[in-house]
Amino acid sequence: MNGTLLAAASTTSTGEAVQFWILGTVAVLGALGTVLMRRSVHSALCLAGTMIVLAVFYLANGAYFLGIVQIVVYTGAVMMLFLFVLMLVGVTAADSLKETIKGQRWMAVLCGLGFGILLVGGIGNASVGTFTGLAEANAGGNVQGLARSIFTDYVFAFEITGALLVTAAVAAMVLTHRERTERRDTQRELAEKRVREGKHLPPLPAPGVYARHNAVDIPGLLPDGTTSELTVSETLRSRGQVRDVSSKALSDLAALERRTEEYLGRGESTARGGPDEGGGRDVRDAADVRKDVSDDSPAVGRDRDADRDGDRDREAAK
Amino acid sequence: MNPVNYLYLAALLFTIGASGVLLRRNAIVVFMSVELMLNAANLALVAFSRLHGNLDGQIIAFFTMVVAAAEVVVGLAIIVTIFRSRHSASVDDASLMKL
Repeated sequence: MNGTLLAAASTTSTGEAVQFWILGTVAVLGALGTVLMRRSVHSALCLAGTMIVLAVFYLANGAYFLGIVQIVVYTGAVMMLFLFVLMLVGVTAADSLKETIKGQRWMAVLCGLGFGILLVGGIGNASVGTFTGLAEANAGGNVQGLARSIFTDYVFAFEITGALLVTAAVAAMVLTHRERTERRDTQRELAEKRVREGKHLPPLPAPGVYARHNAVDIPGLLPDGTTSELTVSETLRSRGQVRDVSSKALSDLAALERRTEEYLGRGESTARGGPDEGGGRDVRDAADVRKDVSDDSPAVGRDRDADRDGDRDREAAK
Repeated sequence: MNPVNYLYLAALLFTIGASGVLLRRNAIVVFMSVELMLNAANLALVAFSRLHGNLDGQIIAFFTMVVAAAEVVVGLAIIVTIFRSRHSASVDDASLMKL
């Protein structure tokens, strides 16, 4: 980097003024968003925006090392840590807008305004004319200059900061670690406890009714014809997505098959075709009979049987 | 542009952060407002560094960043611990030291 780039000139250019007014507005809007957004995730994102703008300001002011550190440490590490904790605590936890202390909000705004006026008044009284500029200080490079100061004048503060970081890391681990104070139950004790509580011990029964309806949202039927709650997942039950087939679905199916018959134009007239085939027939008949037995309604089964016979007739005609 | 503008911006951001600490009751948002105040102070320090032409301001800003990082780690650990025991991150609920 050459000297002019490192200078952070003593005079401010028009470009820097334009940058200041545009990015300054963004920074203030981000800060207001941080304070005023109801959802804490939005607050965190607004704060991240403000921090990035501040990093640009650091770079513009000749603090190149700090500008990069701001982006890496603040927007990279600290804001991610904030977002992690927000997700742990729960994103939906919006602040309640009910005041617990009467008039607290107005008092807070008043305090903020008074404080701001005091600060601005103090700055206005200071004689801040022009920048001296960092041309001389940054002459050997910004990072080199910082390093020289840190490891000579500020070396004691630097050591203490290191100790602080180690302490903070240990503190975070101690705070979030939960010690187990009682003995862990053995497998036998757990089993006895479950039996004593009278819960449902064996695996839950499977959903579905016969072989036709084995979808997970169809409850199995108990011997008396009612549905069993245990067979369907609790999530589906709470969503109300359970389909009950104990009465309705069977008649629906029969109606559907009847309509298909009518559409295809096959009635009972085509049923029971010629006795053309020999050996294979018995086997198939046996299969059909078994299907009839396992089927829900014998009438439907017979219709389908008739269908198949019709098809066979057509093939024989060819 | 007068260099004092940077100081005014820092003062404004600091004031907004301070108001946020007073206004909000979600502990995490309060914490973010504290971070905003620290950042505003850093901006002022960097501007001072350029005003006076030496790097001491930047070094103090650097130390502020380190301390802020440590503070965030411990603070968020405390918030998580409180949330575990009280199932709330509101500063109103944590009005007693014990449960």
